Amino acid sequence: MIKKVNTPLNEESARSLRIGDRVLLSGTVYTARDAGHERLYNALLRGEDLPFPLQGAVIFYVGPSPAKPGSVIGSAGPTTSYRMDSYTPMLLEHGLKGMIGKGQRNEEVKAAIKEFGAVYFAAVGGAGALLAERITDAKIIAFEDLGTEALRQLEVVDFPLIVAGDAEGRDLYIEGPEEYRAQHEIDADNYGGQLQ
Amino acid sequence: MREFDVQLLTDAVRRMAAQSNQILSPDVYAGLVRARESEDGLTAQSILDDILRNADLAAGKAMPICQDTGMALVFLQVGRDIHFQGDPYEAIQEGVRQAYEENYLRKSIVKDPLRRINTGDNTPAMIYTELIAGNQVKVSFAAKGFGSENMSQLAMLKPADGVEGVKRFILKAAREAGPNACPPIVIGVGIGGNFDKSALLAKQALMRPLDVRNCDPFYAALEDELLEQVNNSGIGPMGLGGRTSALAVSIEVLPTHIAGLPVAVNINCHATRHAEEVL
Ligand code: SF4
Repeated sequence: MIKKVNTPLNEESARSLRIGDRVLLSGTVYTARDAGHERLYNALLRGEDLPFPLQGAVIFYVGPSPAKPGSVIGSAGPTTSYRMDSYTPMLLEHGLKGMIGKGQRNEEVKAAIKEFGAVYFAAVGGAGALLAERITDAKIIAFEDLGTEALRQLEVVDFPLIVAGDAEGRDLYIEGPEEYRAQHEIDADNYGGQLQ
Repeated sequence: MREFDVQLLTDAVRRMAAQSNQILSPDVYAGLVRARESEDGLTAQSILDDILRNADLAAGKAMPICQDTGMALVFLQVGRDIHFQGDPYEAIQEGVRQAYEENYLRKSIVKDPLRRINTGDNTPAMIYTELIAGNQVKVSFAAKGFGSENMSQLAMLKPADGVEGVKRFILKAAREAGPNACPPIVIGVGIGGNFDKSALLAKQALMRPLDVRNCDPFYAALEDELLEQVNNSGIGPMGLGGRTSALAVSIEVLPTHIAGLPVAVNINCHATRHAEEVL
């Protein structure tokens, strides 16, 4: 099923999403990756205000390629999320409701998604040109010195996502492959032993 | 002796860096189309559709396929009868510099691994040189993303581990790469040589077109078997479940020492960007 979702997210809409849902997201999202997260995290530790309102916010883990003259942004696909895991629970505690990235999250992040009622979206990695088409505006709002890692405010329209982690604590990165193996009756011996 | 103007190298690298980042090579595109046909799940199908649409769009708009336009790798095979006029290495770096600037490719290289200041022009490219017969220069270019590079592994196995140990290690690496390397992945394997040569072999294996198997039937069969097993994991496109976890397993081997069995696994993503020219 394809669901249309708008940002900012509230807890109720975040909690209504389930792994495997295909979502078209519209509204404002913020970009941050490794270095940006470190700064956001430290600002929260020091009790400072962040460059954007975290309440209900969605963060997209991306370092876009440079925009060509006349375009809003260059290619803009997700980067691998686990590198942000150590900073994420604190952001969720302070109101972050959605994250867009790729790859599995650790147990602490999954627990915080469940506790605070948030959602983890997967975007198709390496589909940077396709995703850029759905970004209608981009401006740097902080950390300009970080170059591609600067904090950007994006406007997205029907940004195509798949719910990979939901507020029930479920994880499509575990259940998706399991379901495939169950449907095709593949047992552990046929793929070289136990997963995990 | 052929006099070789290094400007030719700059131009070739500049062309290949732009082209490989914008146009998915036909072997990879065909592999993705076959993958799409083999999927029966909705999630996997929609992801592969998006990946193919993305490739079409990138080619049409001369945009990078992926925002991680990679670390530039150049494999140089130099004919012994070549005399370079100028510095071939600097010529290659200049080609990278020009391509990444002119085509709005992302500059992802830091000058120092710990102090991490961006070099600003995506140089230096990693250059590998080999001498061959003749008076031509073969240049292979790859833009290597690090989502997949980070998932690569190397092991110094014992000879007693044998082919079973090698298989286990390759499958473990593929599983641990899981969703992070943007599956469907391409798996380059180097077996033999020593510690560093096995890693180089694995990287060279990634330069091989996806539809070409190892010319030794023993290793070709091993490639097929491993591909089947990796795809039985169900990891699937982007790791969200499905048939196509990998597009290919390519193995390269070298003689090794009686006491050792080095195995290196270099992982590449579905945005496998490689190109080759003979000058
Ligand atoms: S792993 Fe490959 S496809 Fe994925 S983000 Fe990195 S370069 Fe792009």
